[in-house]
Amino acid sequence: MAKTVVLERKPLSLSERTYLPQILTGLKTTFTNMFKEKVTLQYPEEKPVLPPNYRGVPTLVKDPNGREKCVSCQLCEFVCPPKAIRITPGSVPEDHEDREHVEKAPQEFEINMLRCIYCGYCEEVCPEEAIFLQNEYSFSGYTRDEMINDKAKLYELGGTLPDDHYKWDKKKEAEEKGNPH
Amino acid sequence: MMLDAETLQLVGMKFLFALLMVGAVMTMAGYSVLAERKVSAWMQGRVGPNRTVLPYVQYIPILGPFLRGLGIFQPLADGLKFLFKEEIVPGHVNKLYYYMAPLVALVPALTTMTVLPFGEFFHDNGESFPLILADLEVGILFILAVSSLGVYGIVLAGWSSNSKYPFLGGIRSSAQMISYELAMGLSLLPVFLWVSEPGSGLSALSLTGIVASQAESTWLIIVQPVSALIFLIALFAETNRLPFDMPESETDLVGGFHTEYGSFKFGIFFVAEYAHIVVGSAIFTAIFLGGWHVFPWVADPWPENWLGSLLGVGCFLTKTVLLIFFFIWIRWTLPRFRYDQVMHLGWVRLLPLALVNLVFYVILVSWLDQPVATN
Repeated sequence: MAKTVVLERKPLSLSERTYLPQILTGLKTTFTNMFKEKVTLQYPEEKPVLPPNYRGVPTLVKDPNGREKCVSCQLCEFVCPPKAIRITPGSVPEDHEDREHVEKAPQEFEINMLRCIYCGYCEEVCPEEAIFLQNEYSFSGYTRDEMINDKAKLYELGGTLPDDHYKWDKKKEAEEKGNPH
Repeated sequence: MMLDAETLQLVGMKFLFALLMVGAVMTMAGYSVLAERKVSAWMQGRVGPNRTVLPYVQYIPILGPFLRGLGIFQPLADGLKFLFKEEIVPGHVNKLYYYMAPLVALVPALTTMTVLPFGEFFHDNGESFPLILADLEVGILFILAVSSLGVYGIVLAGWSSNSKYPFLGGIRSSAQMISYELAMGLSLLPVFLWVSEPGSGLSALSLTGIVASQAESTWLIIVQPVSALIFLIALFAETNRLPFDMPESETDLVGGFHTEYGSFKFGIFFVAEYAHIVVGSAIFTAIFLGGWHVFPWVADPWPENWLGSLLGVGCFLTKTVLLIFFFIWIRWTLPRFRYDQVMHLGWVRLLPLALVNLVFYVILVSWLDQPVATN
């Protein structure tokens, strides 16, 4: 057990009891502060530097070949805590040239930004790496309807991100070699 | 009695001068608000207001962005905002006194400046007159009497708002005013004693007399540092500046006496507060800092003509502005005293100190001024 030690306080000297020297020290501190570098960020002209793991507005991304990655598995819709995501699943036609072996794609994909809490669970849960919270943070609108991002808007915000896997290319290759799974 | 042309001219001139003086003091009050915001920002590592600009001014090559960055047009925008805001009068106030309070606060602040000398005018025939609206023989007494009337505005505001926080603010303010008025008056008595030495022919109760006594002589802050210190502290208390910010006390009284006020009525309170600071700084400059004389012990290095007058006024204004900066500087350095600490400092520390100071100077002055024994 630590033992409490009561320290004797020295009585204040006369100059300390007038507080005037202390006030002078304080004045010196504030005066030198006037000439230090300012920490203000002039916001609309200067933007803050965002850390690499920043969670901004959730967006849908395409792979470098320009194909949409989302397969409308609806895991994000399921995991979303405030139920901001609504997906209407749709199928990809069999003869779609670019997207062979992909069965599904979202027909409609809506994220309600009035509900979204930027938690990033959708990004974490996505098996296709199709949804990312990117660097956009100043999202605003004049009406409630404007604040619901539809599929086109989500792809516009998301753009294209580099892909390490090309999962569907690998699947297509495997099937062509006669080894579908 | 017939009004002859000469009287009319005199009245007209006085009226014009009064308007000029009000304009000057109000402008200074407006810009000390800006100075307060800028200095506080700099002391806290911020930039301060730097967006407001008049149309087209920002396109002037270097000057435009510089003025914008300095926030020169901010007081204009603030004033306009106060004018055009919706005027809300709470339902529970006493209307008559609620409307009267801001005026009662502003009028004393503007009245005290009538007896404030701010320079010297050298006539061609070698005479010199002080630049002053009304050269009262008892200028100091007038200032002490009128400036403390300003507290009525605060008390009225606190009472008529019919709400607890303004009420507390008003009570605190009146108690503080009573406590510090005494020390303030007592701290000035040694000044009178010192200035009105026999044979000098100067009236020590007139501010021009006090300034004249400091020409080519020592400043009163050097011979009477304790008086100056007490007067300065009392001045902080009288102008309700931090660390004696009792009537406002944002942290415990919401907004203090002006909690229920908004738009232009609040603006008037605001301007009155800063006008008090401007006038207070000017009075301190005149009494203790040599007024419009540049250096102690040295004659003014300028000729006795219009140029000298201008430079003298400039010198007076510079000192006043530096003192206003000091007011702001103190505000952003010291925390606010607790109410009981304010009372303790006023009654237990400053009042006895002022008395001791007075007694000391009574003895000193009577010893210095004793008639030389002729035998």
